[in-house]
Amino acid sequence: MASNKDDLERLLTRDYLAGFVTDIESDTVPPGLNEEVIRLISAMKKEPEFLLEWRLAAYRHWLTMTEPRWASVHYPPIDYQAISYYSAPKSRDDAPKSLDEVDPKLLETYEKLGIPLHERARLAGVAVDAVFDSVSVATTFKGKLREAGVIFCSFSEAVREHPELVRQYLGSVVPHTDNFYAALNAAVFTDGSFVFIPAGVRCPMELSTYFRINAANTGQFERTLIVAEAGSHVSYLEGCTAPMRDENQLHAAVVELVALDDATIKYSTVQNWYPGDEQGRGGIYNFVTKRGDCRGDRSKITWTQVETGSAITWKYPSCILRGAGSVGEFYSVATTNNHQQADTGTKMIHIGPNTTSTIVSKGISARFGQQTYRGLVKVLPSAEGARNHTQCDSLLMGNRCGAHTVPYIEVKNPTAQVAHEATTSRIGEDQLFYCRQRGISAEDAVNMIVNGFCKEVFQVLPMEFAVEAQKLLSVSLEGAVG
Amino acid sequence: MLQIDNLQVSVDDRPLLKGLSLKVNAGEVHAIMGPNGSGKSTLAAVLAGREGYVHTGGTVRYRDQDLLAMAPEERAREGIFLGFQYPVEIPGVNNVYLLKASLNAQRRHRGEPELDAFEFLRLVRGQMEMMGIPEEFLRRSVNEGFSGGEKKRNEILQMLILQPRLAILDEIDSGLDIDALKVVSKGIQAMRSPDRAMILVTHYQRLLDYVSPDYVHVLAGGRIIRSGGKELAHELEAEGYEGVLAGAAGVAK
Repeated sequence: MASNKDDLERLLTRDYLAGFVTDIESDTVPPGLNEEVIRLISAMKKEPEFLLEWRLAAYRHWLTMTEPRWASVHYPPIDYQAISYYSAPKSRDDAPKSLDEVDPKLLETYEKLGIPLHERARLAGVAVDAVFDSVSVATTFKGKLREAGVIFCSFSEAVREHPELVRQYLGSVVPHTDNFYAALNAAVFTDGSFVFIPAGVRCPMELSTYFRINAANTGQFERTLIVAEAGSHVSYLEGCTAPMRDENQLHAAVVELVALDDATIKYSTVQNWYPGDEQGRGGIYNFVTKRGDCRGDRSKITWTQVETGSAITWKYPSCILRGAGSVGEFYSVATTNNHQQADTGTKMIHIGPNTTSTIVSKGISARFGQQTYRGLVKVLPSAEGARNHTQCDSLLMGNRCGAHTVPYIEVKNPTAQVAHEATTSRIGEDQLFYCRQRGISAEDAVNMIVNGFCKEVFQVLPMEFAVEAQKLLSVSLEGAVG
Repeated sequence: MLQIDNLQVSVDDRPLLKGLSLKVNAGEVHAIMGPNGSGKSTLAAVLAGREGYVHTGGTVRYRDQDLLAMAPEERAREGIFLGFQYPVEIPGVNNVYLLKASLNAQRRHRGEPELDAFEFLRLVRGQMEMMGIPEEFLRRSVNEGFSGGEKKRNEILQMLILQPRLAILDEIDSGLDIDALKVVSKGIQAMRSPDRAMILVTHYQRLLDYVSPDYVHVLAGGRIIRSGGKELAHELEAEGYEGVLAGAAGVAK
């Protein structure tokens, strides 16, 4: 009768389902970082001069910086010279022009991941840009989007086709000097997605990017830039996976969002990078800078994230609420199981008058998982009538994990209203027993309880992805009471 | 249906049940009474399979199976229902969702087809009416923000839907006002049947005014020290546990 715990422990060791390696030939730059490598990347991508200069400026600045150490995460020093900064599936000289030209093995990989890249894309009505290691391999639905005036392409293509837009907006939200990882990204970023929604256009479908790290000893440094012109609307989802490898791999991405007057950007992430094994070997270091600029009046940016992967997560999707009456939202579910560590949260910077922000953070820690919510709500003197509501809930499974909440609140305008609520609860043996006593298996019971806990966040995910997120969460946490 | 022989259970090397024996047949209602700390709730928890108890001796047979070897959900699917003294809150999980998942898990186990949402709601609504439970109850999270009385009524509603073979109700009457007690009792009475057995764990006699037991057992110090008919409950009410315990101690000497 005391065996329940053991069963649950056993359930916990579920395999990482996306952990396969695709055997594909790739062109990989030898490990190491210096100006030559950066010039090589830029040259391979046939970039304009301004971009190379920007990269080099970032690199030179990066050399003067040190890794941030304030986050509650622990890992051995990263040898940035041991990483290869560019890996691309070997194919023809030019990027594939249609899906038929994409290496079938690559497509197989995406099939395995359940990504609706080919025909299924049409059924799902989702436009997908897929980034494999460092380059974008296929973008579906380009035609339909072009009709609407929407530009959705790989970053490299945007640099070639729309250099003026890239030049105008690149680094305007996350400057190349922003922080250690953002500077590194600016120096070496290899691809990513670019979205431009012209004024007044409601993007006719969900846009989606899948990132996958395949090659060993490579870092992935993609860069996403989304610009929503006045009165436009876009919903964007990013998904991520990586094979299982014993070494840690670095993922240092940058996402910049720009919302002009009355524009709405909804950015949803389902992050399932390889989290490392049960002992904490391997896994992705996910050191990502995501920031949205509500530049226009009444603009709105919503970050929704479901984070189940990565060995270490360091990530604070933020909103700069510059426009009058602009709205920032952050909805997050983050899980840390086994030896995963996450230091994540958001920043809401209220600059314009009557700006509002909402933060709902749900953290789930199991086994030895350690999680910190770190959030900043800053109200500047100009932000008359600003309002924020923060709700921060932590769920613990077992007694060896940890949850920490570090809210920073800086208010410089007396009319602001800022509210912070936080709870920590334990998936109780009591809740679990209650469900099991009604005939529900331990696995189903944990799923049910966790899904209940995350409900407020799942409700704001795009419909197609809410199901995926729930599934992912159940794989990541099945029976995680130890 | 249930045969407990010389059951011994401890927690942290502290014995709580010290040789408890009890036989319950289909169709019978047994009341287990006793002072606080006598082992009543321990017995209910052990029968339902709660973790943390160490089985140190004796046996429990349930419908010719070794009950203690079964996982809690297996026991539930085999028809054991525990009405909780303190039903837990599960935020974000709909009451109706939990109940449907429970019923369908049990139906699957019995090889019966699962009920769809429509059939299920029809079933639930009928029983809710009897329990005086409003419709919005279904959409609320499991026990979240429920009053004590609502939680207990919810337990009985679950029992009515799940139709267990053996219902163990742990202090289902605690914290109820007289009106709620009547409603809960009505639900329990509706469940009495020749195929079903019940064990009512209670501190007070008042529940037994509404649900007349076939047997009353007095539990003290981890053992059943007296058994009798429903008149034993009245004796307890009149003399208090101390009186009855003193008498029992006298007999034991």
